[in-house]
Formats: sequence, structure tokens, C-alpha cells
Amino acid sequence: MTAKLTRRHFLTLSGVTAAGALAYGATRVDWDDLLSAAADSPLASGAGVLVVVTLYGGNDGLNTVVPAADSAYQDARPDLAYRPEEVLDLGDGLGLNPGLKGLKGLWDEKGLAVVRGVGYPTPDHSHFRSMAIWQTASPRTSVPTGWLGRWLDTTGADPLRALSVEPVLPPMLAGAKTAAASLPLGGLKLPTGKLGEAFQALGTPSAGEEPWQARAAKSITDLHSAARILGGAVHDAAEDDPDEKRDKGASAGGASALGAQLDAVAALIEAEVPTRAYSVSLGGFDTHADERDTQQRLLTELDTALTAFAKRLKGTDRGRQAVVLVYSEFGRRVHANASDGTDHGTAGPVFLLGAPVKGGFFGDQPSLTDLDNGDLKQTTDFRDIYATVLQDVLDTDPGKVIEDHRGRIDGLLL
Amino acid sequence: MADLDDRALARRLHDRFGFGPRPGDLDRGADDALGRLLTAAPAATPALQLAPPAAPTKDKQAKQDANAARAADEKKLLSWWLGRMVATDTAQERLTWFWHGHFATSEQKVRSPFHMLGQNEAFRRLGAGDFGELAKALVVDPALILWLDGNDNRSGAPNENLAREFMELFTLGIGHYSETDVREAARALTGWTVKRDSAQAVLTAKRHDDKPQTVLGVTSSFTAASFVDTVLAKPESAAFVVGRLWFRLVSATPPAPDAVDRLVAAYGAKRDVTAVLRAIAAEPAFRSADTTLVKQPVEWVVGLMRALDVRWESLDDKAVKQLGTGLRGMGQVPLRPPSVGGWAAGGAWLTTAAGVARLTVARLLAARTASKPADAEAARVLLSVDAWSDRTRDALAKVDKPEDVIAVAACAPEYVVSR
Repeated sequence: MTAKLTRRHFLTLSGVTAAGALAYGATRVDWDDLLSAAADSPLASGAGVLVVVTLYGGNDGLNTVVPAADSAYQDARPDLAYRPEEVLDLGDGLGLNPGLKGLKGLWDEKGLAVVRGVGYPTPDHSHFRSMAIWQTASPRTSVPTGWLGRWLDTTGADPLRALSVEPVLPPMLAGAKTAAASLPLGGLKLPTGKLGEAFQALGTPSAGEEPWQARAAKSITDLHSAARILGGAVHDAAEDDPDEKRDKGASAGGASALGAQLDAVAALIEAEVPTRAYSVSLGGFDTHADERDTQQRLLTELDTALTAFAKRLKGTDRGRQAVVLVYSEFGRRVHANASDGTDHGTAGPVFLLGAPVKGGFFGDQPSLTDLDNGDLKQTTDFRDIYATVLQDVLDTDPGKVIEDHRGRIDGLLL
Repeated sequence: MADLDDRALARRLHDRFGFGPRPGDLDRGADDALGRLLTAAPAATPALQLAPPAAPTKDKQAKQDANAARAADEKKLLSWWLGRMVATDTAQERLTWFWHGHFATSEQKVRSPFHMLGQNEAFRRLGAGDFGELAKALVVDPALILWLDGNDNRSGAPNENLAREFMELFTLGIGHYSETDVREAARALTGWTVKRDSAQAVLTAKRHDDKPQTVLGVTSSFTAASFVDTVLAKPESAAFVVGRLWFRLVSATPPAPDAVDRLVAAYGAKRDVTAVLRAIAAEPAFRSADTTLVKQPVEWVVGLMRALDVRWESLDDKAVKQLGTGLRGMGQVPLRPPSVGGWAAGGAWLTTAAGVARLTVARLLAARTASKPADAEAARVLLSVDAWSDRTRDALAKVDKPEDVIAVAACAPEYVVSR
């Protein structure tokens, strides 16, 4: 496996050795700024909004969109395979993982697009490299910017145009000139009474204060603004206990509490904040061992969060302008390993949903018999999807963001 | 910017080389603080013993039992270590914490508190001395090998993960080696294998590639130790190592070139970490009032417990659980760094979400201390804060219960940031 994009570039982007826009950290979201932006230049009617959901760890595509009727699938994974009667039938011999009941409902309403066999040439099996490739949209050469970061650069370098609803800014949102704003999510249960007043008073700016202290004070004010605006939309972090089982696949990063992240995104879209691209994530998909329970639990969490989000988006005009894109850095090996799990693989399915999405299958299902050294051969380049959403959702010429690739998926968006 | 006075300098030394002052520490002055911090620590607390993880099994019940035992051992290790941080008055524990963030290894993938403890003890044993000895121990450290796929690094099928990170993140820094060096270094480290039930990694001869490799211009049939020697012999290595110490203990602003020269000279041929700390303390920038550092959440919690004289062992199970939740809410759980690159720094800790968790933890600890500060001034002395701003003084005037005074003071920007 040749590794054109090195691990160090991912780490560079992760801020280990800060470079580019991230050297100075992401712009922390100032809630007052966000809301006054919504008041001054609200999200325009008809302006598309992109919500990117990253599944960290390498989600097993073959047990997500399952070729249950294919004997080659059953043979490759005797203890891991779903039987045809267990999956939620999509046609074409494919069925959704039983954890994805809500998405099956969306599929039946023609509201879910499944792009099959998505990957890139010369796949890399490292989480960090492959995730860097997806997030920079540059499989052949390493670049220090993420694809939505470059999009931000083209739109006038306004950090509010893109927002991460994760504790840490993902590399995809770092441009050369600017990095997206970051809205850390957490518990917002604040004390009342004298203690509450005193705590809030700590956020008062103090003239001439040392910069880090000034930032600490500002974060307290932001917190109170966030609590006031979002109210109950954001879940209490204390409820997010670590789950022993999900940790089995957690070595490659990513957040939890996807539902809470998407609740916050929905609230912001409804508030007509002029942000056009959001990033959320769910971690834990690195299922080298005991995969079936772990993955199904995670997919159920994904399903619950996405279904509620889709339903909420349908309720407002601005919500109906949003498109959700769900991807992972790679799928997994066709054959199960010796630990009831699967090792790092290649191509996998990408989901898109939202009112502008045309439901159905796109791209060809990779063959289970014509393999590349035990791995699926990709049938669709992920940059085709990026180009499509850049053009059709973000109204941007894809050539300005993705330099060395031409291609799109016609008919994916209405 | 003005220099710190002696009392503030003592406070800074405790903040940066230890886990923060206890009440009364500052009365003894900066020289005393430095001397005590850099004294070799006595091995006072009882050592922790953990059993190796159970052998893998297909049996469902046995698997569940093993998972439960692993989780219980991780909690034991975490409590033991946090307890040591709170109790230890020398730089040794702070350096153990520093090296954990430097050779960032997560139990999330290692899944063996037994091996995490072994690594932790190596940091404690070797972290204040010769960096070469530490690096040689770590390159064959079982937890690090499990974390960076060393077990998959075999002759004929090298895995570059450990070799790359070792040069990039642990010893040399980006740009001072080539991709060929990474591949060759991976070959040099082939065959080091960890068994679940053994505290030591072993070199398995038939998995080791004993043909000569060329790393950083040196051709040899490398051993793990001679590979480390070759990497550390690169002149860039010393500057990299002192730069990382500076970044975590002094400031996110890199040291000036002449300061780097002085620190590298102190590091010297013996690669003496304690000598670097001594040299840092002598740097003009270390005495400057604007050399600030945002406390990492662990440093903030442990420092607060020390200031309030709340021993870890005094916490009941519920409080321990709530503190764990608090640390998670602030974004930092020891033994679980987010990636091999370690934790973020600076503004990354000053998030809205962290603010709530911080207040919750502060209230939890304020309810468990015997200290009863009546007003802002008493809280300032208790927490060894140099001075309150009018803003914080006004905020503190709004509360009257001592536990509320403590909670608000602990969340004040003047305490969240180390001056």
C-alpha cells in the first residue's frame, strides 16, 4: 500500500504541530455574534445547508448496506453475516442493517440516497491517512487544508460560514486563510440564585486583561448566551457515560451523543444563522473484534439521531434547504478476522438525506468476488459526491475546491 | 511586562513544575520552591499491583467478566494516579503527567491497565533523568507497542506506525527524517512482541528483520537501543525535546532562539530533564508576568484539591464518579488521550462546555473541604492567586457561603489560567 499522504499531515491538521489557520485555533463561537449574524444577514431563502456526519473508525459498509442474499458475503463472514431475513430490504439484493429502521422509513419515502462503493484510487488502510484523504479531498498529494476549509477560503474567509459542533475542530474545516468556528457541545445546566449570578459575573470583560484570561472570561459569557438561546436543545454531558462496548472500536477518535450535536445544528438552522456547512461526528466504528453488537448499537444511535433530525428539518423552510452527508474513512475487509470482527478495508456506502435529495441507489455495488487483495474495489470516487454538494448545495464551482478531479453524480439532488 | 515578585515566582514554579501550591507554600519563597520541587521524590505511597488481562476467550460470560475487570482496573489505576498527583510535592509526578501526554498512549485501544501501569511507572522512574533512557524504555514499552501496532510489525510485513510516531512525535519532530527513514526504522523495530500476560515486550528472533537498515544516514543492523541512540544523536532532537517541555510547562509561545540554545546546553550529553527544568526556571521569560499558560483540566482539578486540602482517598465512590464525569466534560481523561498526538492546549480548554463541567467540579470539591473562606481575599490566599481583578472581586461579593466563594473563585479566569 503506498501512502502518498502521510500521517504527519493529518497530525499537522489536528493541531499537534499547528499550521495554517489552525495555528491560531478555531474561532470560538461567540453566540452573540452568531445570533446577530442571524439578525443582520439571516440564512437566505433557498440557500443550501450542508451537514456532514463523519463516522470515525471505519464503518463496516458490508454490514450497513448488506448484500445478505449473496453467498459470497455469507461465506466470507460465517459468524458475522446478517441473514437475508434479518436485514431491511432495499431491493437489488441489498438490505439495511436492522439497526437502521428509521432510515428504512426514509428510503421508503424516497428520502434516502445510498451511494454504493465509495472510495478513492490506491486506498490507504490507515485511519489517519484515509481520514485525512477524505477530509482534504486529496488522495494523491498531501495538502494542509480541508475541503470545506478551502470552500470557506473561496467564500470570503468568514469563519461563521462553517461550524463544527464537536469539541475539536476536524481538519476538513481548516482552510489556508480561515478555519471554521467551533461550538463545543456540553451540559448547560447552570446554577441559579446568588451563585448563578456570581458565576455569570465572571464573564464580564476586565479592561487590559491578559489574553488567555480574557478568553476564559469570554467563554463564560458565551456559555450563558448558549444556554439562553439553545435552552434544552443541548443535552447534559453528564448523561453521556462511556460505554464499555462502544470503546472496542473507539481508537480512531470521533465524538458521541450525535443526537445532541444534531439537535444543536437544527436549532441553529431554524434560527436562520447564516452558516452553510456544519460538521458533526460519531466515533467507535473501528470494529476489529466482536463487531456485530458494537456496530449495530452504533448504527442504531446513528439512525435515531438522523431520523429525528430529518423529521425536524422537514418542519421549517430553512430545514428543507439542508442536505445531510454521512461517510466514514473506509469500509472493512470482506472476510471476517479471527476475533469476530473485521480489519481495515476500502470502499463503503455514503448516505445522503434531506428534502433536496433524490432517494435511491447511486453507484454500483462492488463485487464480492472480484477483489483487490481481499478488499472491495471502489466504484464511485468520493470527490464526485463532494463536487455535487459543492455545486448543488453550496453553490460553489467545485473546481475551486477540488483541483485534480472532475466528476459528479447527476440526479443525486433534486 | 513586569517580572514576577518572589512570591508569584514561587507560585509559578509550583504551578508549572508541580500541581500547584498548597496553602503556606508561597511563604517559603521561590528558591525553596524550586529546591523542593526538584528533589528526588521518595517512593512514599504503596505501589499499585494489577493483574495482567485475562486470556482472550470465545465464552460470552468470561468475556463480560474480563471487560468488567478491565474497567475496574482502569478506574483503580486512574484513582491511584490522581491520588498521587494530589499528594506529591515534587516535579516527579508532574513529569509523569507530562510524559503521558508526550508518549500519548490510550487505554481505549491498549485495553490493559496492567500495561498502562507499567508505562506509567516507567515515566515516574525515568522521567526526571536521562531522556535517552526513557526513550529506550518506551520504544519497547508494551503499552506503546500495543497502541501503535508494534505487534503487527514483522520481518517481511513491517508496520510503520511506531517507527513514524517515535521520530515524529516523541524524539525528533517533523521534517527531520525522510519516508525512507520511517520504513527503515520500522524494519529495525520488527519482532518486538507483547504478550498479554507479560510485563516486558520480547524480541522474537524469527519476526525480526536482522538485515542492515539505513536510518538517518547510519547503516547498521539496529537494535531498538541503537536505533534510539541514532535518532537522539541528531542535533534537532535536543531542541525538539526541550521545546515540548517548554510548550507544556511554560508557554504556548516557543522559546526564543537564544533560550533554546541555553536549554539545549543544559540538556547536554546526559539528556538531563531535571537540568532542563532548572534552566527553564532561570530563563528571563520564565520570570515574566506575561508567560501565561492555560491549565489543563487535570492540572486545574488536582491543583484545586491541593489548595483545598482534599485528599483523593477521602472521596467516596460517588464523588470519584462525578469527578470522572467532570474531567470528561472538560475534555481530559488521564489514560485516554484523544490520539497519539496528545491533548490540545491553550484555548482548546476554554470552551463553553468545559465551563459548566468546571463549575460542577468546583462545587463538588468546595463541599468537601474544611477551608471556609469568608470573602474574596480569603479565597485568593487559599487558592494562591496573585491578585483578583475588580471583575472577579465583584463576582465574589455576590456570594456569601464559603463553598460558593470557593466555587466561583476556582472558576475565575485568574485561577483557570496560570499566570
